[in-house]
Amino acid sequence: MEPEKFYYDNKIVRNFGIATVIWGIAGMTVGLLLAIELCYPGANISRYSTFGRIRPLHTNAVIFAFVGNAIFMGVYYSLQRLLKARMFSDKLSAIHFWGWQLIIISALITLPLGITTSHEYAELEWPIDIAITVIWIVFGINMFGTIFKRRERHLYVAIWFYIATFVTIAVLHIVNSAEIPVTFWKSYMIYAGVQDALVQWWYGHNAVAFFLTTPYLGMMYYFLPKMANRPIYSYKLSILHFWALIFIYIWAGPHHLLYTTLPGWAQSLGVAFSIMLIAPSWGGMINGLLTLRGAWDKVRDDVVLKFMVVGLTAYGMATFEGPMLSLKHINAIAHFSDWIIAHVHVGALGWNGFLTFAILYWLIPRIYKTELYSKKLASFHFWIGTLGILFYVIPLYWAGFTQGLMLREFTPEGTLKYSFLETVLRIIPMWVTRGLGGGLYLTGVVVMAYNLTRTALQGKLVANEAAQAMPLEPLKKTENENSWHRRLERKPIQFMIAALLVILIGSFVELMPTLTIASNIPTIASVKPYTPLELQGRDVYIREGCMGCHSQTVRPFRSETERYGQYSKAGEFVYDHPFLWGSERKGPDLARIGSKYPNAWHYNHLMDPRSMSPGSIMPDYDWLITDDLDTTTMAAKINAMRKIGVPYPAGYEKTANQDLDKQAKVIAADLTENKIKVSSRKEIIAVIAYLQRLGTDIKADKTTSK
Amino acid sequence: MSILYFLIGCSVVLALIFLCAFFWAQRSGQNDDLYTPSIRILLDDDDENDTEK
Repeated sequence: MEPEKFYYDNKIVRNFGIATVIWGIAGMTVGLLLAIELCYPGANISRYSTFGRIRPLHTNAVIFAFVGNAIFMGVYYSLQRLLKARMFSDKLSAIHFWGWQLIIISALITLPLGITTSHEYAELEWPIDIAITVIWIVFGINMFGTIFKRRERHLYVAIWFYIATFVTIAVLHIVNSAEIPVTFWKSYMIYAGVQDALVQWWYGHNAVAFFLTTPYLGMMYYFLPKMANRPIYSYKLSILHFWALIFIYIWAGPHHLLYTTLPGWAQSLGVAFSIMLIAPSWGGMINGLLTLRGAWDKVRDDVVLKFMVVGLTAYGMATFEGPMLSLKHINAIAHFSDWIIAHVHVGALGWNGFLTFAILYWLIPRIYKTELYSKKLASFHFWIGTLGILFYVIPLYWAGFTQGLMLREFTPEGTLKYSFLETVLRIIPMWVTRGLGGGLYLTGVVVMAYNLTRTALQGKLVANEAAQAMPLEPLKKTENENSWHRRLERKPIQFMIAALLVILIGSFVELMPTLTIASNIPTIASVKPYTPLELQGRDVYIREGCMGCHSQTVRPFRSETERYGQYSKAGEFVYDHPFLWGSERKGPDLARIGSKYPNAWHYNHLMDPRSMSPGSIMPDYDWLITDDLDTTTMAAKINAMRKIGVPYPAGYEKTANQDLDKQAKVIAADLTENKIKVSSRKEIIAVIAYLQRLGTDIKADKTTSK
Repeated sequence: MSILYFLIGCSVVLALIFLCAFFWAQRSGQNDDLYTPSIRILLDDDDENDTEK
């Protein structure tokens, strides 16, 4: 047999690399702006850049634009070399690249406009969700096509990680994006309340697992041995921890919902699997670090390896901390606090960021056939980046402890010692330091961009890198050749389709009961669907991203029931499409805000929060007073809600706007009595109506029925 | 909480897919040699191609 000559596609790798750097800088700059807004609310200069609206922009940009493009860069580079084949189709590669960038740009436009589903890390509205599905499938076809035409029979462990990433993200994205369109840019989640919360965190946690972890582990298994020029410490361990990791990760999601109304056994299941995750996670970290055993002199000299070592260490810390945070007693203090923000940034800045930088520094000079422009600048980047991480996370751990403990403190007389605002004001200095840390980290990335640009300019891109390998030998016949499964295994594409069919059938069988049989959540007789005005107000609340800072679920602790009111019940959320429990408290919980303050208080507070709560860090929402509420979509909204099980009477969509006017006039009249002149058509009226409704249903009637 | 059964179903199906993949890997000899693959990936460097020219 003759060796075949072929070419690796380096251009697509380079393109994804450029996108990684550009979106990385963009996403981190938005993060820095967010950090500044928290310390100086005056920095919320426009409605398009308030904390609530651009928080999802930051998370999406960093996860899907920065890390996403870095994944594709790493996968497209390593997959070709591991399989000894060019990517399956240059056309699909190009569609994948440009499609993904268009999705990012659409996020960049829609999120500041307030177009959001409110599901964390899945905020993009339904048309973009469809585009993501299409592009992800293009990526899958391209990857499996390459696997199919490979010249190396053995699939190196990195490829297994890539396959798991593709399959799982596809399933997660589709399940979590089950939404019913209202207009082109508005949809409601099909699931409601606690069920929606579970879907969201099943997705959210596994997005961390299968977007931020498995592809990066795969890349680590390819790039680290290459960088150190020594084999991975234990190939056996890599195989073992791969299978363990992907089997365990998928069950850990409920640890995001501890002490909520999620059934206790589901919470415990999440905790148990989270603890189990330590073993396979550390398997990866240990395997990476031990690869460098006896080669630490290389680490001293090589900045690329330095990045890898800190990245792996950060991975080890984050994956130890995660299971600890899922312990109920620790979670009680840490949840909703800055501790979680610190935790995710150890992972994002340390693990994802540093691995990405290492790969960029290693790969760009190689595909440009040159040396890195400046090792000094790269070294500077390493140190300022490491310092940045420390300045970022340490103050936030401190802030998380401080606030978590302050919120639970009682005076000897048995009343709460601190108001929520006092706890926020106490940690603002920590937030300032965090902003500084973020700034240092971002500076490093900008320096890297300059360094890589100079590197590219001094070299010349080898767009098509020549390589040769023997074609794949046909498999030897084995005795059980004729079993159907055996034959299926030879055909990866058919195998994929068969697997997908199985998954679809399974999904439908499981989905049917949820759509047809009444839910077994205990319903509360007094809990009624939102009125049209409240529904509109809720949508404004979602548009402004209020759930980015305000949770809507009271946990069953004395410190919380004293502060907010009685703890939340599952039956209260049955009409919440989507749920709005949130995941952090930069401001107090709002689950029981209804009828706590007069309408006029809310009006003044939304217009200028500091007039009601001196020192508040909430942005002004003055456009709610000047903008008219859009009621043209009312009928569509009622119809959509009815379709997903909210019991609005038949034909109600025709009269909904009359009810809306009536309720709005009552609120406007009440405001007029308090010397506030405002038209009943303004958005603020709807927001006040929604806020005044929150948590009031069960005050009227406490009886629960099955 | 019917969604729990749906999600558990999804997770189980996903786990089954992985299980099938695992059995395929075992049976097709992917894991027979747990040493050379780690060395092999180091050997495809471009220097090698250069020398062959």
